[in-house]
Amino acid sequence: MSGPPVRRPRGRRTRASPHAEAREIVFDFLQGYDLLGAFWMTVKLTVLSAVGSLIWGTMLAGMRVGPVPLMRGFGTAYVNIVRNIPLTVIILFTSLGLDQTLRVSLGSDQVDTVNFRLAVLGLIAYTSAFVCEALRSGINTVPVGQAEAARAIGLNFTQVLTLVVLPQAFRSVVGPLTNVLIALTKNTTVAAAIGVAEAATLMKSMIENEAQLIAISAVFAFGFMCLTLPTGLLLGWVGKKVAVKR
Amino acid sequence: MKLRKVTAASAVVLALAVTATACGSDDKKDSDSSGGGKKITIGIKFDQPGIGQKTPQGYSGFDVDVATYVAGKLGYKADQIQWKETKSADRENALSRGDVDFIAASYSITPEREKKVDFAGPYLLAHQDVLIRSDDTAIKSPSDLNSKKLCSVTGSTSAQNVHDKLAPKAQLQQYPTYSACLTGLQSKAIDALTTDDSILAGYASQAAFKGKFKLGGLKMTNENYGIGVKKGSDLKAKINTALEAMVSDGSWQKAVDKNFGPAQYKNEPAPKIGNIVS
Amino acid sequence: MTSVLYDTQGPRAKRRNILYSALFLVAFAALLWWVITSLNDKDQLAWEKWKPFVHSEAWSTYLWPGLQNTLKAAALAMVIALPLGAFFGIARLSDHAWIRIPAAAIVEFFRAIPVLVLMIFADAAYSAYTNTSSDDRPLYAVITGLVLYNSSVLAEIVRAGILSLPKGQSEAAMAVGLRKNQVMRFILLPQAVTAMLPAIVSQLVVIVKDTALGGAVLTFPELLASVSPMSAYYGANTIASFTVVALIYIALNFSLTSFASWLEGRLRRGKKSTGVVLAPAAVGGTESTGTGVGISI
Repeated sequence: MSGPPVRRPRGRRTRASPHAEAREIVFDFLQGYDLLGAFWMTVKLTVLSAVGSLIWGTMLAGMRVGPVPLMRGFGTAYVNIVRNIPLTVIILFTSLGLDQTLRVSLGSDQVDTVNFRLAVLGLIAYTSAFVCEALRSGINTVPVGQAEAARAIGLNFTQVLTLVVLPQAFRSVVGPLTNVLIALTKNTTVAAAIGVAEAATLMKSMIENEAQLIAISAVFAFGFMCLTLPTGLLLGWVGKKVAVKR
Repeated sequence: MKLRKVTAASAVVLALAVTATACGSDDKKDSDSSGGGKKITIGIKFDQPGIGQKTPQGYSGFDVDVATYVAGKLGYKADQIQWKETKSADRENALSRGDVDFIAASYSITPEREKKVDFAGPYLLAHQDVLIRSDDTAIKSPSDLNSKKLCSVTGSTSAQNVHDKLAPKAQLQQYPTYSACLTGLQSKAIDALTTDDSILAGYASQAAFKGKFKLGGLKMTNENYGIGVKKGSDLKAKINTALEAMVSDGSWQKAVDKNFGPAQYKNEPAPKIGNIVS
Repeated sequence: MTSVLYDTQGPRAKRRNILYSALFLVAFAALLWWVITSLNDKDQLAWEKWKPFVHSEAWSTYLWPGLQNTLKAAALAMVIALPLGAFFGIARLSDHAWIRIPAAAIVEFFRAIPVLVLMIFADAAYSAYTNTSSDDRPLYAVITGLVLYNSSVLAEIVRAGILSLPKGQSEAAMAVGLRKNQVMRFILLPQAVTAMLPAIVSQLVVIVKDTALGGAVLTFPELLASVSPMSAYYGANTIASFTVVALIYIALNFSLTSFASWLEGRLRRGKKSTGVVLAPAAVGGTESTGTGVGISI
């Protein structure tokens, strides 16, 4: 964690050593654990799931406002079912159902890789329901005149949605989508249920092996704040920049 | 004005929900306190057939019988025992915080754990083994497990053993429960479920799995089941006396026959107190 | 139903829609067929795996006690988190920096940390610094974790709901001589509540679902945690058990959302709100203004 002490002049080392010692005692429990690796796994889960759920969530929103009744029904049912189930159940379903029972191949023979991909799938399935709802509320904020004008010049549904309405809707829902992204970052901890070695898994095994429960909790709380607070601030700024002024 | 209506309506609903659930818990507390003043809280597993299990008929298993006997010797009747689930990862914490008086939950005595808690016993010697499908003939020794897909419970010592020494090349799937592993074992997504043979025997003998699974008989490690107590507790000596009495008066063998008999589990003879087989 | 997003359908569009519907139906049916036959191949649909759930035994031993705990934790967390969230939300809008800034710090802090971590932390703190009985401690820790996280999310919802109201509302109220707290109580909050309701409800659903985390980390005996002893007893029927539990969660949360939309309907009838509502309806209706209230998970 804290790197090897930098070479110092001899005279000063004696003075510096009490600090080094204190540091060693405080962060002793971090020795031998791959903290960065675990958080890197959290980041990978977050980024891949975010991209996937943005795509699938947009498609769901398209279905829910589209002209085909059956797809509308599917979109509504999907969102209402998925939103109401705990994420743990969904992630376990991907592993026990998709992988262990239905034997869907995810292009790898390695258990760890498969579990990672399953976790991403589960997170996408769950998060996209929230992305869909956020987007739909964004579509609501686009003035009716926009869509009417688009139709008047002869655009069809897909064109109205992709060229006129969605670009404006996205700009107005950066805030809600940021909340979804932050929630997703924290939700990746649930992937521990199928043995993905991310931050919460490491935290659990550290708590089991070490005595300093509060110190460990604090380290992980800090780690998550490092991930979520900058995201929130950055996207909050972006949201203000791109918001449609009306 | 409208605000007041919403608040009132929400409050009514929530109050109803709280009272509805509170009623349920009141019932439980009444029945708890009817047993008389003193109580003993014992930590067991809730999901290990043959060892410690919560069933519609009550709690059953070898650990439960041992704990009941020990509690009896300590002066508690069966209805004065309060059973509490202690998952593998929570056991040391539950003892040091005083949530439970002692733990009998397939709790192997290890040097690391002895630093945090004290152990009475051991009262059973088990071995880490594998549960495989009945038609599987490829797994005969621990080294056969390399290149196989194993399953165990997240963070268990069995899982760490496989990784560290037994079969470092084996792939390991970790789930929160053994039941989840069995689902994969059944559908051939997993080749073997690994943990103590005493636990595996219980699963193998369940009606749903008769003839489908078998134990590998590998005896990969020695697991000395002890009864965990808080560090420095005077319970340790009393429990040791109780365990000795349990073996000498034949209750130990009776509990073994009752719980491991149906599973055809060939257990080791009763271990001597304090004799930890490494 | 017509929508502003597409034209009224003529004969060709109707034919095309039927074609799309048919294709979608075929694809969906094929997927469903594949899932069902595969499950059947693996014996997952065998009657022994599902039979326990038609007997009262499984319900009285495992599911009902778990459900009770889930309801208790969720209800208490809601009762505490709602007023606390409203308080912090309003505090963040205060004119006084010494109220606004600490409130903002608290809200941002607890929003940034996983509930799981908060629960573990609360449990450790209660055990170290209080003498709560070990029977109640997991419940208290779960509620504490849920309240800390969700009240800060609710605070954000309340704040956004109030900010979404047109400025004219508070200006007019002040012009007729109302004091600041009167403006908030009589003018802003009543309107904002209707605008916030959908977002608040989706947060309440989150509370119900997140009780499950307590079962995973603190052996709080809630509904999802009841699956492990239950599936161990009924021959590892994990898929059946999880399905039944998922259905219970859906029923529970669905009744919560239905109640909320009934409440919302009552609130809005006979009253023209100027605030925007995150209505579940598709695009259309009246022209909307302002921005949506954040939906959170």
